[in-house]
Amino acid sequence: MKIPDLAELALRNLRESMLRNSLTTVGISVGVASLVAMLSLGIGLQQLASRRLAKSGLFDTVVVTSRRDLRGGRDEERSGPIPGESRVLDEAARLDIEHLPNVIEAYPDIRFITELRYEDKPHLTMISALPPSAKSNDAFEGMRGSFFSSDTAPEVILQKAFAEELLGKTPSRGAEEPNVADLAKPLLGKELTMRYSQRATGTPQPTYAGASNPADGSLVGASYSVVLQEHKLKIVGVADLDPESMRGPTRARVFLPLKFAESLHVMQRTDLQEITRAVSDQTVYSSISARVSNPAQVQAVENAVKKMGFNTFSLLDVNQSLRTFFKILDLFLLIFGSLALAVASIGIVNTLVMAILERRREIGIMKAIGASDGDVKKLFFAEAGAMGILGGVVGVALGWMIGRIINIGTNFYLKSQSLPPDNFWAVPWWLVAVAIGFSFLVSLISGLYPAGRAARLDPVQALRYE
Amino acid sequence: MATIPGIAAKTDTVAIRSDNLCRHYRMGETLIRAVDGVSLEVRAGEFVALLGSSGSGKSSVLNLIAGLDRPTSGSVVVQDRDLAKLSREELAKYRLHVVGMVFQSFNLISSMTVAENVELPLRFAEVDRSKRANLAHEALERVGLRARMDHRPSELSGGEQQRAALARALINRPKLLLADEPTGNLDSHTGTEIMEMVRELNQQLGMTVVMVTHERALAERYAQRMIFLADGKLIDDRLNVPTSAPGGQS
Repeated sequence: MKIPDLAELALRNLRESMLRNSLTTVGISVGVASLVAMLSLGIGLQQLASRRLAKSGLFDTVVVTSRRDLRGGRDEERSGPIPGESRVLDEAARLDIEHLPNVIEAYPDIRFITELRYEDKPHLTMISALPPSAKSNDAFEGMRGSFFSSDTAPEVILQKAFAEELLGKTPSRGAEEPNVADLAKPLLGKELTMRYSQRATGTPQPTYAGASNPADGSLVGASYSVVLQEHKLKIVGVADLDPESMRGPTRARVFLPLKFAESLHVMQRTDLQEITRAVSDQTVYSSISARVSNPAQVQAVENAVKKMGFNTFSLLDVNQSLRTFFKILDLFLLIFGSLALAVASIGIVNTLVMAILERRREIGIMKAIGASDGDVKKLFFAEAGAMGILGGVVGVALGWMIGRIINIGTNFYLKSQSLPPDNFWAVPWWLVAVAIGFSFLVSLISGLYPAGRAARLDPVQALRYE
Repeated sequence: MATIPGIAAKTDTVAIRSDNLCRHYRMGETLIRAVDGVSLEVRAGEFVALLGSSGSGKSSVLNLIAGLDRPTSGSVVVQDRDLAKLSREELAKYRLHVVGMVFQSFNLISSMTVAENVELPLRFAEVDRSKRANLAHEALERVGLRARMDHRPSELSGGEQQRAALARALINRPKLLLADEPTGNLDSHTGTEIMEMVRELNQQLGMTVVMVTHERALAERYAQRMIFLADGKLIDDRLNVPTSAPGGQS
């Protein structure tokens, strides 16, 4: 029998026992809905986490350090050139890294501890420089004030904890956390005075008793002096979240624009380490952050950078663990969601077995006038499949609604807790297709036994049936 | 075999041949010999009536000829096909293309209209939709049911239902028409109407007809040959001059 005829006859038969078939289809719909609702939440949460992580810049960043930085002692340092002969992490190296495939930008990690004075009170803190691209970091999403007006502006953004310190609001146990808006209000537009050690080149070489200075003058370019400098900085923003939360003890609480920070020539830890190698006044960076276009390319970029003779570090492993976690979560949600569909499939078997009993004579007639076993089997399959597709479509719509309601409810709860709303739920197109396809497949499998039974019916017996 | 004047001449071609045909059933400990060693031959174009009392095995023989059932032993060859050797799929094709069946209880599918019932075998034969409609109209025209084609079987009288069943049996232009008590559920007037149609098909199209009936008068009126069965055995096989045939006694 041709497929259109099969579909037409199947739909006609389904219409004949409208109530029973509708109830069975509702059963399938509920199964598919639970599957879709569970998976849409799993996918939504995964997308939310990925979105957050992507915005945090933690998973698409490769931190590059020189092998000459002997702290840490990771395994990769044992291979390649020995630290003493390895490449210096300077501007040329930064440009080389930036030109690697899939690297969006590579910027130096300028980070130093210095003193900031506010209303004549000194505050010691870690400062770091941010490139303009950091504006999209979700740590600045709920920021009060604005991001830097330009990359060279003498402006600062404070982390909430430092703002509290400036205002003398030390957090106490059990007390309610101060609101960022309240902290930002008295600080925005105010000035801070930063005192720092500047590395000044071209100054005469000091001589020390007992020191030997080669007569060929090979150490001329490596000498510099340290000068104390002061700079006024305008507070333009106070950030609620910590953009460097993963950095642990080296995380900064005050941020400067990158170009501006570079122009300050603040004395860096590497300046002392590299004094034996720096043959010019070229700045040597302690580390460089390379931003990769896609977290999936992080490994390739890391490998390329390692080939250049540097050490690398990324949170790729953490990202992979997270993905594995979500895959397992999705699998569990799929299994739980499928349970309802499994129950619904028993409903299909029951409905079709009942249909065989009711239509026993009809099957006999069809066989008597020329229907083959295959025709009868296909007809029952088509009926099971039609219920599956219909149940799948209704189930996807129902699951979509359930997911939406859960999302609205969760956001309502978050709002009541003064937390920003977000999307925890997603129904991608592939999920719609997979859910309907799965429902169709489960229905066909459920139809296997009834269809086989109907096909095997003895026409003589069936025709005698009243 | 003698030629009967006034009716379509049967040919010498054998349409149906059974040889020591048996169909035994086991019911608990008891062996039921529904058909027990029936050997017969029906020539193409012949109108044969299978007669016998209830339980004589006449319907069982018809089911074996129709390919609805398989013999326990012996053989039944229809149009050179040994039905016992055909697969289930081949038997279905045989029922679809070679045989047309009419039953006592009409056996129309109640959820379908008359036209849909009539064209159902064409769906199994995978005939195109447009061609199907034309053939169904033609068949219904032949039995005078064109006006009732969109009605459901329940909206028709018994005679109309049997005419629809006859149209369905003819739709694939079968070589063999098998009728199991075709007038059993009809009043005598309607029964005559149906039998006239069957006789017409036999005479005009040369269709071989095997009819099961327990009404000897009906057989005598329409059949050219009467085969008597009792307890699954063939007890008599005799020629008959149909009384309703043109040229015969009416």
